[in-house]
Amino acid sequence: MKTTVIDIHNVSKIYNPDTIPVHAVNGVHLHIERGEFTALVGPSGSGKTTLLNIIGGLDVPTEGKVVINDTDITALSPNRLIQFRLHNIGFVFQSFNLIPVLTASENVEFIMLLQGAPKAERERRVKELMHAVGLSDKMDVRPAQLSGGQQQRVAVARALASKPQFILADEPTANLDSQSATNLLDMMAQLNREEGMTFIFSTHDARVIERARRVITLVDGRIASDTASVSVA
Amino acid sequence: MLLQLAWRNLWRNPNRSFITMASVWCAVVLAVAMSSLQKGVFDHLISNVVSFYSGYVQVHRTGYQSEQTLENSFPLTDSIQKAVLSSPGVAAATPRLEAFALASTGEKTKGCLVAGIAPDTEERVTRLKSKIVAGAYLQDSAQTILIAEGLAKRLQTGLGDTVILLGQGYYGTTAAGKYAVGGILRFGSPALNDQVVFLPLAAAQHWLDAPGLATTLVVSPEKPTATERIAAQLRASLPPDFETLTWQEMMPDIHEHIQADTASSAIILGVLYLLISFGIFATLLMMLAERQREFGMLVALGMKKRQLAQMVMFESVLITLTGCLFGILASIPLVWWLKEHPIRITGEMAEVYEKFGFEAIFPASLAPSIFWNQALAVLIIGLLLSLYPIAKVLFLKPVDAMRA
Ligand SMILES: Nc1ncnc2c1ncn2[C@@H]1O[C@H](COP(=O)(O)OP(=O)(O)OP(=O)(O)O)[C@@H](O)[C@H]1O
Ligand SMILES: [Mg+2]
Repeated sequence: MKTTVIDIHNVSKIYNPDTIPVHAVNGVHLHIERGEFTALVGPSGSGKTTLLNIIGGLDVPTEGKVVINDTDITALSPNRLIQFRLHNIGFVFQSFNLIPVLTASENVEFIMLLQGAPKAERERRVKELMHAVGLSDKMDVRPAQLSGGQQQRVAVARALASKPQFILADEPTANLDSQSATNLLDMMAQLNREEGMTFIFSTHDARVIERARRVITLVDGRIASDTASVSVA
Repeated sequence: MLLQLAWRNLWRNPNRSFITMASVWCAVVLAVAMSSLQKGVFDHLISNVVSFYSGYVQVHRTGYQSEQTLENSFPLTDSIQKAVLSSPGVAAATPRLEAFALASTGEKTKGCLVAGIAPDTEERVTRLKSKIVAGAYLQDSAQTILIAEGLAKRLQTGLGDTVILLGQGYYGTTAAGKYAVGGILRFGSPALNDQVVFLPLAAAQHWLDAPGLATTLVVSPEKPTATERIAAQLRASLPPDFETLTWQEMMPDIHEHIQADTASSAIILGVLYLLISFGIFATLLMMLAERQREFGMLVALGMKKRQLAQMVMFESVLITLTGCLFGILASIPLVWWLKEHPIRITGEMAEVYEKFGFEAIFPASLAPSIFWNQALAVLIIGLLLSLYPIAKVLFLKPVDAMRA
């Protein structure tokens, strides 16, 4: 049975409406189902980041609405929205993902601290997740001592820690070499298969696109194509 | 959690934090040393002049303060003593009959201030006994006197010698009396040390032909800080033919000196703290600018802005308070040393102080309030300076901050 997690209804985003308007996102309709592993692709400036930010409640659309599990997040107050993100959405950014003064495991634990999870549960989950992303031996290492790929894995572990509805990742592999990028994608794909975690990520990388099961192509803020990939092994 | 995070953030740029803390450290050491010396001097001055002789509050017959003669004395009745003693906050009171006189040994004659005192209550109010360096304290009925060391030297007299006191008694009678020196007193205040003579109240009344009279009731408050309140109470409760004065009113020049000095040092400290505030603020601004993306990321993840603001505030307060704490730790031995080895000044300034009636030595004070005040000042600075970063954080938009 399919459940819609994200319902994007006629969303548009216009930057600088008063001076030189930029239609970054233009009338997008989209449904994301639970368990998807979806890539958002398109040329630079096509609106991928803008759309992901709107889905993640980091940016408000000029028009349209975004409904996540029956909650219209475009109608939430800024403070409620922060609360909503904390409990429902996992984020992996392109860079500057981690808090430099916290160790890898503390970074993962941090989000659960914000959620107010009890200590025992936090400790158990941190171990579990660091193991899942293959970094059991890097628990007490600060981000500066981790490679870019390892940092992104910690970010994925942190995104998972909050038990979100889905994880948004804006070009998570952009700063990684191809080997690390492949490893990260393998790991995300595995989490998607085994835990059923929904992933939506934007990318330019052809090898990353290959791994997606659904590929949405944006051109000039509009959906140019939306295809279910068959190449998945 | 936020506090711990703030603390670790301080050490991201250890040099910068260290320099900022060092500036606070310097300011606090300077401020503590300055306030402690100042408070020490004033305490010294007050204890020299106020608690050793004049007392914090005096009650006279109205008019005595402007014209200090026996004609302005009052009958020392039980009712007046009871009225004073029963006033709330009054610890003790002692009567005196004071007069200026000449003290003579035959060869030498010097002017002096003679005070007839009630030995027991006087001891409770001014601890006179502790000033004795030779001989014994007064007895109520005795005909012996206590004489200050400086005066004794000038008269070239000593224990057991006879001193003649010549003065003007009540209504112009001539007062003359012969007394044996029963004890020698030493006062820190040169003014007292060179001129006071004490004798029992009854003997003084007899000598001045003023039976049952007193010029002064010296009142000792339970707490020196209650001086004003007690004076006000006495003014309200005593009959109008009595006047009540605080030591500030009796010695306005000392009081003004203290106030002027306190005000000017407050200005100096204010400027000092203002200067370091700029440095701290610069540090906070740099920290804020460098961490835009990180703050954006934190809010994007779901950290409440209130929590982020709190973290920023902790960072500001921690950096200032840590500097302050070490400043206080460093200044305790310094101040202690200054207390044990008081600065003694000489020359012109010394004369100025001696005019006020006290030795020109500057012991430092170790009063806890000095340290608390600095900690409080620094805490307030830390809080105030964090207002701007806090405002910035509250208006932060995660998307813009992360793009920065
Ligand atoms: N804050 C902004 N103000 C004005 N225009 C903006 C702003 N942010 C994005 N844009 C514009 O909106 C359009 C879409 O930008 P967006 O960042 O979403 O593209 P993208 O697909 O993520 O590009 P890239 O692949 O380079 O990351 C671009 O034309 C961009 O210049
Ligand atoms: Mg982008």
